[in-house]
Amino acid sequence: MKKAFLTGNEAIARGAYEFGVSFASAYPGTPSTEILENIAKYPEIYAEWAPNEKVALEAAAGASMAGARAIVSMKHVGLNVAADPLFTLAYTGVNGGLIIVTADDPGMHSSQNEQDNRNFAPFAKIPMLEPSDSQESKDLIGEALKISEMFDTPVLFRTTTRVSHSRSVVLLGERSSFGMKPYFKNPGKFAMIPGFARKRRINLKERLKALEDFSEQFPYNKVEWGKNSEIGIITSGISYQYVKEVFGDEVSVLKLTMTFPLPKKLIAAFAEKVKELYVVEELDPYLENQIRAMGFKVRGKELIPEIGELTPEILREKLKGEKQNNNFGLFAQLPSRPPVLCPGCPHRGVFYVLKKMKAVVTSDIGCYSLGVLPPLESIDSILCMGASISMGHGFKKAFEVNGEDVTVITVIGDSTFLHSGITSLMDAVYNRSNTINIIVDNSITAMTGHQHHPGTGYNAKGEPAPAVSLEAICRAIGVEKVVVVDSYDLKAVEDAVKEAMKYRNGPSVIIARRACALLKGKGPKGIYAVNKEKCRKCKICLRLGCPAIQVKGDGLFISPLSCVGCAVCAQVCPFGAIEKAGDD
Amino acid sequence: MAAKNIFISGVGGQGTILAGKVITTVLVNLGYDVKMSEVHEMAQRGGSVITQIRYGDKVYSPLIEKGKADVLLAFEKLEAVRYVEYLAPKGILIVNDLEMSPASVLIGKEEYPADIVERLKEKIENTIVVDAVGIAKECGEIRSQNMVLVGVLAKVMGWPKDALISVIRDVVPEKYVDVNIMAFERGWDMGVI
Repeated sequence: MKKAFLTGNEAIARGAYEFGVSFASAYPGTPSTEILENIAKYPEIYAEWAPNEKVALEAAAGASMAGARAIVSMKHVGLNVAADPLFTLAYTGVNGGLIIVTADDPGMHSSQNEQDNRNFAPFAKIPMLEPSDSQESKDLIGEALKISEMFDTPVLFRTTTRVSHSRSVVLLGERSSFGMKPYFKNPGKFAMIPGFARKRRINLKERLKALEDFSEQFPYNKVEWGKNSEIGIITSGISYQYVKEVFGDEVSVLKLTMTFPLPKKLIAAFAEKVKELYVVEELDPYLENQIRAMGFKVRGKELIPEIGELTPEILREKLKGEKQNNNFGLFAQLPSRPPVLCPGCPHRGVFYVLKKMKAVVTSDIGCYSLGVLPPLESIDSILCMGASISMGHGFKKAFEVNGEDVTVITVIGDSTFLHSGITSLMDAVYNRSNTINIIVDNSITAMTGHQHHPGTGYNAKGEPAPAVSLEAICRAIGVEKVVVVDSYDLKAVEDAVKEAMKYRNGPSVIIARRACALLKGKGPKGIYAVNKEKCRKCKICLRLGCPAIQVKGDGLFISPLSCVGCAVCAQVCPFGAIEKAGDD
Repeated sequence: MAAKNIFISGVGGQGTILAGKVITTVLVNLGYDVKMSEVHEMAQRGGSVITQIRYGDKVYSPLIEKGKADVLLAFEKLEAVRYVEYLAPKGILIVNDLEMSPASVLIGKEEYPADIVERLKEKIENTIVVDAVGIAKECGEIRSQNMVLVGVLAKVMGWPKDALISVIRDVVPEKYVDVNIMAFERGWDMGVI
């Protein structure tokens, strides 16, 4: 059998291929993005980027109802967006197998919160599987599709960063063709008016009972008896790997893979055979609370932190009392190296201009979130996808009610605007909000690694596609003042903002447009350098926070290796000391 | 064989990901159980990046525990110090003699610690300092610094040289293969403690 060394996300994509999935949809989001990116490489599977997670799930639901095996993938907070269809899909059930992958981000490597999406399974009443490595990520896609079709239910497939982004060896199989299931019109099942939904609600209860019995027999829920049957640990997902790493076969382990519904008899039998029972899980006491409710004495979150990522050394310290402390007595404090806007990033100049304005700036989720950090520090609030425009509207109205004239500016990216900013802008138009809304349009979903969206002109497979026009959308929903400026032209950006500040006839939109500097063939050209004779060392250029501009000795220096030639620094230098020094 | 742990640290854009790919491909080809963990995306924007590689007969955790790395391969000096607590007491430190200032240092708000290499050498018995950028330049392509460092690591770990060269041939774009193999060989010659 052929071996491959795959990330969890690549393995999920491979599973979708091998187990006959024919429809896939997603919106990018760390750590889930590579699932759809890899599925899109299989010509046998129709794969698309949706404008948001709700649309992705609804499209997959339609494909499943039509009879196809379908998969939809998103980051943890994406499932909040898709929660509306999710909860009612539990009632309708499916036709072809339907998997919803949620990739959670404990420790918030690249997220605004670390919610534990295992809680969605009992809340939405759908079964859940948790893989612990790449082989399981692939194999369990097959199991999830079987469960989905056998029990007529969508299945939640929950990974975390360390499952999605770790590589391990996977044995590859061939694609089996499951074909489409036949579609029959059945409104009693698929059209959820109250009268039909009440019946499906009863069906759902019976289904969960049957799934509970199934969970008892599911071979991936399994006991591994160790040398010591006095200590028993119940665990799931990546935490299982950490338990095995730290304890090997010293203790007995109940590895749960189907974590909703739980196999209560299996848990009870395990709990009764051991003297001390522990639960090892990352984030919330999800398993612990349910096991405690079954009446067992169990130790979990009193030892294992519920905040942040779990690691094997935390287990070693908390459960074995072994602590590793060895920094070789080197430097106590080091300069940190946080992420920064790239050299040539078109967002930089926009935030530089905004910092000069006396305004409240609400912003959004994307690379441009970094505009909150020094030295740009131009952002007041960041909440969730699409919230900038609606939060700004709320700010403005609240100030107005209180008789205060405060300028409110909202900043949102192109992909985020299409994700969920349009309805917010409609709210601002409808309710006559005098906000200034800047769409920083770098013509790609940049932060997650350059995925296409409905405005880029290409689809998930890289084929040409219709491109929606941001300015046409804004005008169509009633924004009368829409201007487009070049993000690199600081004067144009500043003039546009100042003019918008005078406009009092509803929201205005400034589209600050420049392709992401990392997009191949679309970045600027040239190199800039400091003319030492003209430079007065005022350091205003450092306020841009460009990684190419450095203090060297007592002067300033632009690294020719980093500079991409955006010329933004040349515009902020009051002495004209930054000059073009080359063409490439 | 008990699992071996290799911790790679560097700065986004230095080629640590390709280095990790070459190393793990070799280890998988050699028949080991292998796990690798990386953190992607937001951290890549010029931030500190790490790759953790573990191999042996059976590997569970994709993460290396503090104090257990057999080798810390640092692509940059500050990133050597930042993760030095992962190194085992008798572990080997391979450090690229390269200074890349983070933003706070570039704008003069913080200072880049002086004499990092001297202090590392003083505390860590098995330290190999490599001017990977200088060597890569001599080979004709500055971006082959990652293969210089992979060469040092491969020799230190006792991996078969041919296995690495054949993987480099497979994963590096064709026009850069010769430069990268030359860089790897130069590193290999330096892998002596």
